[in-house]
Amino acid sequence: MATSDKPLLQVQRLSAQFTRDGVVSQVVKGISFDIAAGEAVGFVGESGCGKSVTARAMMRLAPEGSSVELGGEVRFDGQDLLQLREADMCNIRGQRIAMVFQDPMTSLNPVLSVGAQIDDIVSRHTGMSRAQARRRTVELLGLVGIRDAARRADDFPHQFSGGMRQRVLIAIAVSCQPELLIADEPTTALDVTVQAQILRLLLRLRQELGMALMLITHDFGVIAGMVERVYVMLDGQIVESGAVDDIFARPQHDYTRALLDAVPRLESAGRTRS
Amino acid sequence: MTTAAAADQPVLQVRDLSVVFPARRGHPAVKAVDRVSFDIAPGQTLGLVGESGSGKTTTGRAILQLQSASAGSVKLLGQELTTMPRAALRRMRRHMQFVLQNPYSSLHPRMTVARILTEPLQVHQSVAAAQMPDRIAQLMELVGLEPDMVQRYPHEFSGGQRQRIVIARALAVHPDFVVCDEPVSALDVRTQAQIVDLLGTLQDKLGLSYLFIAHDLALVRQVAHRVAVMYGGQLVELGDAAQVYDTPAHPYTRSLLDAVPIPDPARQRAKLAAAPPEPEFDQYRNPSGPCVFGEDHGHTGSSTWHVVCPGHSVSCRFWPPGVPC
Repeated sequence: MATSDKPLLQVQRLSAQFTRDGVVSQVVKGISFDIAAGEAVGFVGESGCGKSVTARAMMRLAPEGSSVELGGEVRFDGQDLLQLREADMCNIRGQRIAMVFQDPMTSLNPVLSVGAQIDDIVSRHTGMSRAQARRRTVELLGLVGIRDAARRADDFPHQFSGGMRQRVLIAIAVSCQPELLIADEPTTALDVTVQAQILRLLLRLRQELGMALMLITHDFGVIAGMVERVYVMLDGQIVESGAVDDIFARPQHDYTRALLDAVPRLESAGRTRS
Repeated sequence: MTTAAAADQPVLQVRDLSVVFPARRGHPAVKAVDRVSFDIAPGQTLGLVGESGSGKTTTGRAILQLQSASAGSVKLLGQELTTMPRAALRRMRRHMQFVLQNPYSSLHPRMTVARILTEPLQVHQSVAAAQMPDRIAQLMELVGLEPDMVQRYPHEFSGGQRQRIVIARALAVHPDFVVCDEPVSALDVRTQAQIVDLLGTLQDKLGLSYLFIAHDLALVRQVAHRVAVMYGGQLVELGDAAQVYDTPAHPYTRSLLDAVPIPDPARQRAKLAAAPPEPEFDQYRNPSGPCVFGEDHGHTGSSTWHVVCPGHSVSCRFWPPGVPC
């Protein structure tokens, strides 16, 4: 386990370079950052800034049909993830670092019941028997606020709403009590009321499970209440970082300022003429 | 609903518009749009907000006659569209256009911008062939694009530029009314702000009326003169933007506004920490007995629509019991 003086995750000069159809593009350009145990950190930027690729590069998950070249160091609890054997990496993924993605529709298998999918993951990571795994599944579904969890476990993904599906994916992600949860635009596909519920759920789970959170989003409103520190990304680089209150109150970089200025605000009226 | 001062006729008048998707394979019929009524005045924007599945898009499609209405009336420039013969409707389309969410799928990938912009002009025979290049250059300038880009293909443009092309195409035939269905939700926040500015400038310049459909309430506040809130196929609140945002009357509107994240860490943290009110509105679609305003509509058959103050009305449907008005 990481001790408090050493960060849980320490990323140094991480770079990711994709080659697709002979074209080379440098998507992450040698960025460095760290996340302490139990800390919540936000990554903000526009589409194409490299924030999602950063998370995937750390986890050594490459998009299909591309070849990726990674550079730098990703120290997690002392070991460099980029140097691990794939088999060892499999023990990190899901178990110690878990991920939740934007689209809860495509992340679940449509022909298996939700319970069966969670059972499978739980028994794979813990070696529990089927019956034990099911008990744990029901417990997890309850943990993420799904009512009547024992019965709902037999339902299929299409029988859940978008918000409920995202809860299922969060249940899967936290099933092994990861030390770090990476959430990549976890509420972008959801309605605003459901978004608020999922954000509250993530806050509560962080508190109950003591896990660190890496929250990736384009939405400054989402980032505002969720994290302690923020990294602003532009064009594969980190252009600004700091405590969340400082970033909002005193953005230093022009780009951060431009992003903040462009956020529409509920209390400022636009066209009041009648 | 109160009628506005008789002086200016609304560009669009929607009355009791309903769309029912028939029962199919064991699934019951769905009332996607249920007796929706509103007006849009010349040069004004009505923001239509609500969650996914609330019927916003179907309302927009039914107004444009891309989806046939089951009941109700849609009048554009005083002319009834729902019963209009096809040929007449086709001519009428010049006055009503739309801008959709995804600028990647709404432009033909193998047509140059010049051809994309020429097509509507030819269909509606609104410009002589000789003047076509001038009109296209003019349209490009109108939406802030370089006229010499017209020989390019859509993939050579960014998302924001593509949405500008979509807007130029919609404006090519001088419409009076444009349905903008989530026109900026696929764009980055800085690009969103630019497109919203452009739509506003064009409205002022050309006197356009917009139905602006969006799920982003903060964004709608920036663009709309009036706002309609939709839930379960019905409008639950309608008023001037300031009325609906500053003094929301319906509990659903209040919960929707309350859920919008605030880009201010201290306030947003406090908001998330507060106990979340999560009332279920759907089960109060048709409550029996007197409504929250003390009227028993089942008994009297009166409208379930109540005037809060001039120009601001609220429905008593979907109102959880015990929530005061």
